[in-house]
Amino acid sequence: MNLNETTVTKDFHVEAPLTPKRTRWEEFWLLFGQNRLAILGLLIFILFFCCAITGLFLTSGSKPIFDPSLVRLEEKLRPPFSKPNLDLLEPDQVPTLNFYLMGTDDLGRDVFARMLQGAWVSLTVGFVAVGISVLIGIFMGGIAGYFGQHYLKIDHILLTLLLVSGTGLIILDVIRFGAALLLLCLAYIVYAVLTRHRSKKKASPSWGAMFHINAVSVDTLIMRIVDIMLCFPSFFLILTVVAILPASIYNIMIVIGLTSWMGTTRFVRAEFLSLREQDFVAAAKALGIGNFRIIFRHMMPNAVAPVLVSATIGIASAILTEAGLSFLGFGVPPPHATWGNILSNGKNFIFDAPWLTFIPGITILIVVLSFNLFGEGLRDVLNPKLRERH
Amino acid sequence: MKSKNKNNPIILCVKDLKKYFPIRRGFFQKISGWVNAVDGVSFEIERGKTMGLVGESGCGKTTVARLILKLLALDEGKIIYQGIDISGFSEKEMKPHRKEMQIVFQDPFGSLNPRMTVGQSVEEGLRILGLKSHGMRKARLEKLMEMVGMSPDSTDRYPHEFSGGQRQRIGIARALSVEPSLIICDEPISALDVSIQAQIINLLKDLQDQLGLSYLFISHDLNVVGYLCNTIAVMYMGQVMEYASAEDIFDNPHHPYTRSLLAAVPDSEPGKKMEITLPKEDVPDSPAALQGCKYRSMCSMEAPRCRKEQVLFEKIGEKHFVRCWKAMKK
Ligand SMILES: Nc1ncnc2c1ncn2[C@@H]1O[C@H](COP(=O)(O)OP(=O)(O)OP(=O)(O)O)[C@@H](O)[C@H]1O
Ligand code: SF4
Ligand SMILES: [Mg+2]
Repeated sequence: MNLNETTVTKDFHVEAPLTPKRTRWEEFWLLFGQNRLAILGLLIFILFFCCAITGLFLTSGSKPIFDPSLVRLEEKLRPPFSKPNLDLLEPDQVPTLNFYLMGTDDLGRDVFARMLQGAWVSLTVGFVAVGISVLIGIFMGGIAGYFGQHYLKIDHILLTLLLVSGTGLIILDVIRFGAALLLLCLAYIVYAVLTRHRSKKKASPSWGAMFHINAVSVDTLIMRIVDIMLCFPSFFLILTVVAILPASIYNIMIVIGLTSWMGTTRFVRAEFLSLREQDFVAAAKALGIGNFRIIFRHMMPNAVAPVLVSATIGIASAILTEAGLSFLGFGVPPPHATWGNILSNGKNFIFDAPWLTFIPGITILIVVLSFNLFGEGLRDVLNPKLRERH
Repeated sequence: MKSKNKNNPIILCVKDLKKYFPIRRGFFQKISGWVNAVDGVSFEIERGKTMGLVGESGCGKTTVARLILKLLALDEGKIIYQGIDISGFSEKEMKPHRKEMQIVFQDPFGSLNPRMTVGQSVEEGLRILGLKSHGMRKARLEKLMEMVGMSPDSTDRYPHEFSGGQRQRIGIARALSVEPSLIICDEPISALDVSIQAQIINLLKDLQDQLGLSYLFISHDLNVVGYLCNTIAVMYMGQVMEYASAEDIFDNPHHPYTRSLLAAVPDSEPGKKMEITLPKEDVPDSPAALQGCKYRSMCSMEAPRCRKEQVLFEKIGEKHFVRCWKAMKK
């Protein structure tokens, strides 16, 4: 054969990259900068963040600069920007700014100080709840997407059920029965490990084989759990759980987090299903890289974009959920101020003191809106189809 | 290259490989049929030599590559690497052997991780090789980039900054990073311009001379395969139809399909991409086609016997195998 002898020449020159060097980060800002609303969202978000952090320092401690729980019964329901009546107040009751920036509530407490304190609650609830939900979502979605085609055997499922119920019983103080269940599990695991090598060569006896039947695939199991979780109206689920658990800010964060991971799971699973078929993942496998590293080092960075977007929007909805819970009286217990319970207090005085309703209401609106705008801006920027055009 | 203790002259031997994909339909995803993606593939690759696997698009070449690398579980057959039967190996047992065989992919755009710099991608292999210190990896990385003809300062750039040919070089560097003995090249040049194709082919040849690599070179282009390969396997619908040395395939073809391929090869026309086009209705997919010779609906020499009998892959000469009973009688 004389293959293209004309074109096959010995040119072993060193290749240099084509395009000028522009990092993904620079490209990101270039695109993001063109989206005004997203920039606005980001700025409000940063402002909110700063307020919440300074608010934490200004309102906590034994002698806070802004005292959110100082009651001044003589100064009830003062409108915003009103001056305090210095004749009636003790020297240490005088507000720090020398006037009530956002007025006072029905107990004469400074609404500005209460809003500052509430900002920190909203921020932590938003971030911790979303952090929990994103972690669960990435874990479940990653497993469903990467190991989805593996089948769970009946004995695996029974074993997990036994383990979970055993641990549950021990936690609920039914120690003997729980321990019995756990011992049963342990016995089975020992048995399984001992017989593993034999069962490979010989078929197990027929009654034992029944336990090795493939029951459901990992993917089906996880996605059905997601479907079931999505069937519950999550706000009422949260209400029920919060009504049972002692009211505390940590319980609320955890409960919101545990009821909002389904979206992330779906996103991550979908990304992983398509990434798994890509050549670079096959190449990583062929190199002999472990599953764990492939999932977290090779695939996850390619799947974070939609997760980031849904997390940003998730923060907004977590803040909203917390406000709703506090409004209904299931939230953070008083006297700690949150935006929701300021709002809920204010509704009794909506005609006498509308600022008590409007200030927290509008703040929640602005913060939630800014998170949504920022999230949508992110989604646009991270969308590769949009990227192509630039 | 480090010396291999096992000096088996046959680096890879594949025997009657089979892989069927289920076709799932309906709400319950019931299996309604099977795609015989690979249905009887046998060949050998000698150490330091190149074997070409040719066949039209969709005949199962990539599936063969994935089966050999154990990226897919095979249904039947044997894969013997340097005398070790790896076909039954579990993922764990396979791990120490992974380094031995590497792959270069067809699509230069999907084969590199878009979120990792080129250096990071190649370094993953060096980590597997056991280079613990950062300095050692960096030195080796620069050496590898030089070997594939890339400038060392391209290592901290992302794949989207490179052209297709450059990415293919990076893909080759990644494959070389674990110091393999066998590289499977799955149509490494079919997505590239003709002038770049020649550069990549020369690079592969140079690397073979320097490192003593063996190649399994997959292509749909008989022209390129003839130039590069010592032995050739011609595949049709999941089966190897003819397997022989490159000279025998070109000068003494026995199978009607090989002959039709050769007839379709335009006499070395640089700049023009050769394609083997087949009329659409000629690709049979009815279950009846599963019995007898898979090529019979297109074969000019078809006889009733071709329909009834399973055609075997038989030896007709020194390292020459054909799957056609008429060709054997000759
Ligand atoms: N994961 C899969 N599930 C179902 N069918 C598959 C799968 N992978 C491949 N196939 C089928 O197997 C057959 C062979 O595919 P394969 O990719 O191996 O062909 P190929 O020879 O590499 O083609 P090309 O030259 O286009 O790359 C095709 O009909 C394809 O549809
Ligand atoms: S077996 Fe029959 S149909 Fe098949 S290639 Fe040979 S002659 Fe043609
Ligand atoms: Mg292919």
